[in-house]
Amino acid sequence: MIVNSLGRELPEKIGDYLVKPYQGPYSTAAGDVPVITRRTSGHRVPGETKRMKSLKEAIVAAGLKNGMTISFHHSFREGDQIIGQVLTAIRELEIKGLRFAPSAVINIKNPSIVDFVKDGTINRIEASGIRGQLGDAALAGEMENPVILRPHGARPRAIEAGELQIDVAFIGAAAADDYGNCTSQIGPNACGSMGYSFVDAYNAGRVIVITDNLVEYPCCPVSISQQYVSYVVNVDSIGDPAKIGAGTARLTKNPRDLIIAERTADLIAASRRFKDGFSFQTGAGAISIATTKYLADRMRQKGVKASFALGGIPAAIIDMYDEGLVRVVACSQSFDDVAARAIYDRSGVLEIDNADYANAYSKGGYLNREDFGVLGALEVDTDFNVNILTGSSGEMMGGLGGGPDVAGGAAISIVTLPIIRGRTPSIVKKVFTLCTPGETVAAVVTEAGIALNPKHKNYQELKEDLEQTSLKLVTIDALQQLAESMTGVPKPIETTDRVACIVEYRDGTVIDVIYEVKKK
Amino acid sequence: MPNCELMRTSLYAGGTSPVKMIQAGFYNEDCIVYDLEDSVPVGEKDAARLLVYNAVKYQRPKNKYILIRVNGIYSEYLDEDLEASVRAQPNAIRIPKVEYPEEVIRIDETITAIEKKAGLPVGGIELWCNIESYLGLLNAEAIAKSSPRVAAMALGAEDFTASMNAQRTKSGWEIFHARNMILMACRAAGISAQDAVFSDINDPDGLEADLQMTRILGFDGKTCVHPRQIDAVNACFTPSEKELRHAQRVLVALAEAERSHTGVCTLDGGMVDKPMELRARATLAKARAAGIKIRGVEG
Repeated sequence: MIVNSLGRELPEKIGDYLVKPYQGPYSTAAGDVPVITRRTSGHRVPGETKRMKSLKEAIVAAGLKNGMTISFHHSFREGDQIIGQVLTAIRELEIKGLRFAPSAVINIKNPSIVDFVKDGTINRIEASGIRGQLGDAALAGEMENPVILRPHGARPRAIEAGELQIDVAFIGAAAADDYGNCTSQIGPNACGSMGYSFVDAYNAGRVIVITDNLVEYPCCPVSISQQYVSYVVNVDSIGDPAKIGAGTARLTKNPRDLIIAERTADLIAASRRFKDGFSFQTGAGAISIATTKYLADRMRQKGVKASFALGGIPAAIIDMYDEGLVRVVACSQSFDDVAARAIYDRSGVLEIDNADYANAYSKGGYLNREDFGVLGALEVDTDFNVNILTGSSGEMMGGLGGGPDVAGGAAISIVTLPIIRGRTPSIVKKVFTLCTPGETVAAVVTEAGIALNPKHKNYQELKEDLEQTSLKLVTIDALQQLAESMTGVPKPIETTDRVACIVEYRDGTVIDVIYEVKKK
Repeated sequence: MPNCELMRTSLYAGGTSPVKMIQAGFYNEDCIVYDLEDSVPVGEKDAARLLVYNAVKYQRPKNKYILIRVNGIYSEYLDEDLEASVRAQPNAIRIPKVEYPEEVIRIDETITAIEKKAGLPVGGIELWCNIESYLGLLNAEAIAKSSPRVAAMALGAEDFTASMNAQRTKSGWEIFHARNMILMACRAAGISAQDAVFSDINDPDGLEADLQMTRILGFDGKTCVHPRQIDAVNACFTPSEKELRHAQRVLVALAEAERSHTGVCTLDGGMVDKPMELRARATLAKARAAGIKIRGVEG
């Protein structure tokens, strides 16, 4: 066993996977090597078509074979109907043992991805999270190989480092022409930004665009250009618009969440960085949306305008843009129908590449210029380490998303959560799964007070700024003790010694592993 | 220690909900009322009593004034409620539907007996009396003065209007007289006057309008039925910056007049009299109690 710099014990090797232990958020330098890509050149002569009659025909034309790697984006969220259709076609072609590498696993049903694991179509998974049935199956030991989980920024890094080489990328688009120019800014199933697809389009061996809205050539606007696209397939339906556009973004009425949100906005407004031209990211959870609303109030009150808002974008941010509170909205993902359609008709609402958002190993991206990043969490421990993956019984509850990236990039990263959920504490001595290193977390905001992290690079300035306010500052230990005094200490989750998931950090080092949960 | 200077907001937390009881400690209300009465179904009275006892005894939030609302004076649950409540040692017990001073005296005696039996200091627990009928209102002054334990009186508007055959409206004219009577009784007894709840938790504008009346009449606090109402109610009882500045200017003008021996003190063309001085000092006291840092005069 080896121990990483956060004290997590890790096996040296997990199957074929050689573990590089995490050593710090900024400790891995960029390798001075060219980007590795599977992208192939092509040669199309005038008159030649890229349009395939069916998914099966496209899959055969792309040369998909046993053991290869396939990818998808997750921007259609729970409304996605592409993954199920493609995997069904692959199964019918009797192609087996694939590595399934979407940007995130969506909890699709009918068919469930677990079915394709069980029949051997898929035997490896690499994504940012595996909630739902697939997560349960993975932690119950039903996967042959451990799942590799990477935050959003780490995926493009892994692709360009040659660690995740995609043979065939399946890219769903809400509008496409027959030569592969495509977008999801328009069309009945518009999902907005296709931010997660760009790196796949640029680096996969073959790229298949799938749409149910074939438009006249050339498709306009265009998100992914024809030059990257091998084949185009028109299917009956790529998604359920009700589920694609429903989003997560309803303003909570939960008074506890509203208190946390208001305190988060107050923290931001008290910072010396809260001035014209500041930048932020609030996300799309219940607390996040409320934080956005309170932040907009503080901006109006103080007459402050932001230069940019970043990341997954909900309607609340578009409202701020329309009001002139934000100059540029950089969307790597659109969280609801309003945000999805905003890119098309607002010049300052940009569709950005996920790598441009979160990849720490490019020549520079938005996150390095972000002032405030607001993040959700399932658990935080007294070293400020964050768990965003596993719940109180060890079950998969979420995905890594961009959490570790935002914490690593933003000047002030703020984790928001209640100190207890139901009957279990959220502030604990040691998180079950370590996803975001505590050293990158500046503050934890709860209903019982705000804890600042003395080990964060901007601790001193934040402390000075908040001490000028009436905001309640507490230690993380006090929060942990308070939570524990209410709930008691939960029994530890019992696991076997078989690794079910490997949790990578932004640089590809291993920050933690998740062991298979013992069956009761 | 609770901040007893402030009783602007009292939030009810149902005795059957551990989550609500725990969360109540984190909001900005000054007082929490753990409820054994209306929010608890008949079949859960025992369980709620035990939960509330444990919450107050072992999970008591800091810096809050803690109350337990017991069941009605003539209910079968009252004796056990009082037994558990006194032993849990809240700051006060809230008694619903008080109509006669004798009822309060009887409860005072019961509490004293429990305190003595349990070896607790006698007289440490205060009483808040809810006035919820025309009978209670007609006896309000006597009730307010019935026991040294009585620290506050509150109007229960819904039951009161029912006892009057009146209609309950958002504008609140049907309780205007009752509000004034409660206030006068409280002022006569030197205790805190607590206004009726505003029941529609989804009507922030209605709450604001209701608070205007609360504030103009001179209440000291108001009960909230939902955490969403707390900030608005606190704000109602917290002096604005403009009011603070005015209060400070009144005191400056008075000090100036005293120094120059002019006899008559004026401000902005009007005379400053004793009531204005008292109001100015009360405004600054409220602001200090609400945690506002006052700079300059009386800061």
